Amino acid sequence: MELINSILENTITQNVLNALVPLIFVLLYALVTLYMEMKLAAHMQDRVAYMHNGWHGTLQPFADMLKLLQKEDIIPSAANKILFVMAPYVVFVGTYASFAVLPFSSAYIGSSIDLGIFYLVAVSSLVVVGLLMSGWASNNKWSLFGSFRSAAQVISYEIPSVLAILAVVMIVGTMSLQGITEYQSGGIWNWLIFGGRLALWKKLLSIPFMIVLFIIYLVASMAEVNRTPFDLPEAESELVQGYNTEYSGMKFAIFYLAEYANLFIVSAVVVVLFFGGWSSPFGDFLNGPVWNAIWFITKGMLFVAINIWMRWTLPRIRVDQLMYVSWKVLTPFALFCVIVLGLLLVL
Amino acid sequence: MTPQEIHDIIKSQFGEIILEAKLENVPDPSIKIQPEKIKEVSLFLRDDERTQFDVLMCLSGVDYKGKLGVTYNLFSMTLKHKITVKVEAPTETPNIPSVESVWKTANWHEREAFDMYGIHFEGHPDLRRILMPYDWEGYPLRKDYETPEFYNGMRVPY
Amino acid sequence: MNETVHQEKISPTNGRSSTGKGLRTEEMVINMGPQHPSTHGVLRLEIVVDGEIIREVIPHLGYLHRCFEKHCEYMINYQQVVPYVDRLDYVASMNNEHAFVVAAERLLNIEIPERVHYIRIIMAELQRIASHLIAIGTFGIDMGAFTPFLHAFRDREKILDLFEMTCGARLLYNYMMIGGLSHDLPPQFIEKTKQFCVEFKQTLKEIDDLLNYNEIFIKRTANVGILPKDVAVNYACSGPMLRGSGVDWDLRRDDPYTLYDRFEWDVCIGKGENGTVGDVWNRHMVRQREMEQSVKIIEQAIVNIPEGDVKKAVPKRIRPVPGEIYSRTESPRGELGFYIVATDSLTPYRVKGRSPGFVNLSVINEISRGAMIADLVAIIGSTDIVLGEVDR
Repeated sequence: MELINSILENTITQNVLNALVPLIFVLLYALVTLYMEMKLAAHMQDRVAYMHNGWHGTLQPFADMLKLLQKEDIIPSAANKILFVMAPYVVFVGTYASFAVLPFSSAYIGSSIDLGIFYLVAVSSLVVVGLLMSGWASNNKWSLFGSFRSAAQVISYEIPSVLAILAVVMIVGTMSLQGITEYQSGGIWNWLIFGGRLALWKKLLSIPFMIVLFIIYLVASMAEVNRTPFDLPEAESELVQGYNTEYSGMKFAIFYLAEYANLFIVSAVVVVLFFGGWSSPFGDFLNGPVWNAIWFITKGMLFVAINIWMRWTLPRIRVDQLMYVSWKVLTPFALFCVIVLGLLLVL
Repeated sequence: MTPQEIHDIIKSQFGEIILEAKLENVPDPSIKIQPEKIKEVSLFLRDDERTQFDVLMCLSGVDYKGKLGVTYNLFSMTLKHKITVKVEAPTETPNIPSVESVWKTANWHEREAFDMYGIHFEGHPDLRRILMPYDWEGYPLRKDYETPEFYNGMRVPY
Repeated sequence: MNETVHQEKISPTNGRSSTGKGLRTEEMVINMGPQHPSTHGVLRLEIVVDGEIIREVIPHLGYLHRCFEKHCEYMINYQQVVPYVDRLDYVASMNNEHAFVVAAERLLNIEIPERVHYIRIIMAELQRIASHLIAIGTFGIDMGAFTPFLHAFRDREKILDLFEMTCGARLLYNYMMIGGLSHDLPPQFIEKTKQFCVEFKQTLKEIDDLLNYNEIFIKRTANVGILPKDVAVNYACSGPMLRGSGVDWDLRRDDPYTLYDRFEWDVCIGKGENGTVGDVWNRHMVRQREMEQSVKIIEQAIVNIPEGDVKKAVPKRIRPVPGEIYSRTESPRGELGFYIVATDSLTPYRVKGRSPGFVNLSVINEISRGAMIADLVAIIGSTDIVLGEVDR
């Protein structure tokens, strides 16, 4: 008992346990989202999707995962083996590390650092390195195309999304995600999409700009996670499968997992930045550490669902249009909003 | 314009190049001309005010046993008349001028005729096989064609 | 499209600067296909790209070459060619059969009962709708929109059910015979077809809302792969490819075969509501509108269909008069012609299929130079090729 206690109280053990929580969450979440995506897509397309394994096919995601685990792991003979093997893990590490600063609840956050959002932006850029690695190492021209597109895309869209984040940080005055969430607690009216806790006239003036920033961030985040209409890096009909063309089995599964995890991260960031994070929309009602987690995950999943909805509705845009949207539409608008909000705050 | 009139126009323009003409009581009236004149005739038929054959509907190679023929099915979209022009060349020296520069669509059709019959279209910019593999030997649609035993080490007849 | 790019003669081997000065970029040769999701089968395109910009497209065909023409010369009689014809354009088999039997009947001089003509027209138009649904659905996939594809396939399934009811097959029918049909219409066919026509109009609207007027879709397809009128005619393009370029031309109206001249319908051409006439969007919309017109024809045909025996004119022994014929019909992809040389033997001496896909595809290098890789996908999609008929 003593031993167990001493192990549990050890900081290293605690950190490991702390870090395990998001991992479990990601795995469960991926299964749920896989199921949700398939079902949502199917119902939008006049079909029913999986129905056979379990009630309404609920066991299908497990079967899919088992299939991927059992598949032969092929490394192309002409591939750069070290980079090829490393790439999916680099991508996953970049994604997983972001979970460290996500405030799941008032009681749980992996690491409540002051530079939370800054860290998140920095770490999620690591994904690009992984994608470039995979495209290069595959020794496949289509993969290379995919990874170049992906690098160009993620870097371009980082700018409008960071500008949107900057506006929020300006209002709140902290980069800590926990801090941003706490700032918005106390009911729906305090959420940053409605201007947060600013004085009433400032609040009313800032609402349109916050909505624009929210849309900019939503679009940019969709582009950052490479989902339709911005799924150019893996554009199935153009680049076969993009950077992960040559991957199979578990390595492909890790790419897949990372994509889904990334989807949750950007949705969670939207929630934290604009929709009160874990805070309940009803002030103190339904509030508390557990309720906080439920609110956070529900809100996050809502945006995941919106992403899925977009994906199955819209066609894909072209590379030049992608750049156009980022540099000539989103970035100027975001800059304008940031300037206006800055003036508003100074007044 | 009736086939007879088209026949007369060609005759008056080029003189005695028409070898044979089937104009009555056939589903498609046809005119057989000397093979070396086909390009000039095509260009004339396309550009002349009276004929305006702007579309080459189809170009087919035919093996007449001993001779290889090419059939050009022409059509005019503006005047809505048709004519079939035919040429023949001996199997040993199947050289026929290309009409690729007249109708671009002939490009692939001629490649196909070359592929299947070995008809050599002079002046074609890119006369390669099109349907068969590039290293296939022989011309499969010729009547005396015999299936090779092996292709690149693989048995062909099954 | 950039004029200078058009005229530049590029050899695949020497890389050159794309801007003329400054950063020097190498050209890259990529194989698109034969296994590629959007070459619609086993088409192989060797493309020379400068970054994402296409400099040259070199198609390589023949991966699905099944020796159709050679097979025809080994048939016992003409009727035996029909199942082979089915397999040319395997998503529009009825139209292929129709083209071949019309050619053979003209060659043999057979008069067929009116009922047969009507049933053939109904079948051909239903098949045209089914084929266009595939074209539109897969084109949506090429553009990254997956949902319209399934909506299109749902309705295609209904058409296949009608075919199954009639002749037992869902894809390759062997339904039309020289001089007639293998089966008469089943009892509920007329009623179910009427019902389908009513339901189908809803789907047309659905596809319009979901795909055709989607802002992203228009941005992706308008002003891409413009095929000018004169080039289209010179390349003998046909079908929606030609009509998309604004040429008012349809064989059903302008060179009528069977009884098409009895029906009232319009030829749809690219009007250039979005983009330029002759671009991918207009070509795509021609197909969309053609489906409406096909429904119109079917509705008239099922009302006016006369009684009769569908096998009355089927000859016991098909012995043609020596001669040759080129006969063409309007298949969903364009002008499908058969050039048949007959001797006095029972087997055809020579059959050449002039497939619209083959001819339409030959223009691809001309219209995709200077476009991007994503545009090439759009251009291939809008050409609507079926490799079965391109390679034969």
